[in-house]
Amino acid sequence: MLVPILKQGQYLIASVQAALTDADLLKLRDALTEQVGTFRSRGVIVDVTSLDVMDSFACRTLSDLANMIKLRGAETVIVGIQPEVAFAMVQLGLKLEDVATALDLEEGLEFLNRKTLQMRHGIKPPR
Amino acid sequence: MVSNPLDKIRLAVKSDVDIVLCRQKGREMSVQMGFTYSDGALIATAISELARNIVKYANVGEISISPVEVGGKTGIQVIARDEGPGIRNIDLAMQDGYSTSGGLGLGLPGVRRLMDTFEIVSNDSSGTKVTTTKWRR
Repeated sequence: MLVPILKQGQYLIASVQAALTDADLLKLRDALTEQVGTFRSRGVIVDVTSLDVMDSFACRTLSDLANMIKLRGAETVIVGIQPEVAFAMVQLGLKLEDVATALDLEEGLEFLNRKTLQMRHGIKPPR
Repeated sequence: MVSNPLDKIRLAVKSDVDIVLCRQKGREMSVQMGFTYSDGALIATAISELARNIVKYANVGEISISPVEVGGKTGIQVIARDEGPGIRNIDLAMQDGYSTSGGLGLGLPGVRRLMDTFEIVSNDSSGTKVTTTKWRR
């Protein structure tokens, strides 16, 4: 199953719709890394609201994705991790270190707006 | 014939597609048995890790998911079985951060934390069997 990637201004938004296989996740990672260049995007949002399981592979792939996007010069934010998914991740010992997360799409966009403003003008965002 | 959702489910595990199927079946059974949504997520995550270990270390194996009743408690039992190379040092494999595959090394100790009971038997002649249960609250 392919994850649809939407272009919204200077951002790419990928909404993970259903249970993804490992192969699907890797495809998503590669597609986003590629498309950041194609569309000269400044930021990527991965919306995992409908994901009910985040296991070690999914976690590592999202982390790799964020690092690869970073190397391409853009920012990534993972949004919509559900409370029970967060609980299961913590129990399992999974951390999304060095990866930005936000409550939902709205917060994710807000985060990217602040980040890109900072990148463009060298302004420290208000804390 | 309509299969009863509360019958024992046995699933062959050979690829990443099977990992998704296994955890979906576990999730379905947890719903059928009246587990909380949150505990269903823990069970599904544990199944995902167990199935992943099979694919990663043994290539093929089997996950079985069944309702159990023990001493008045109701639970879901998950058994992961393979005939792979076995785990050389179980004590080491049960430590957080230990991995022979270059992974995060959280699989087995993580599964133990997600579930209520955890038992592992492994040797190089008969492979690995992990038996784990989550009780309904």
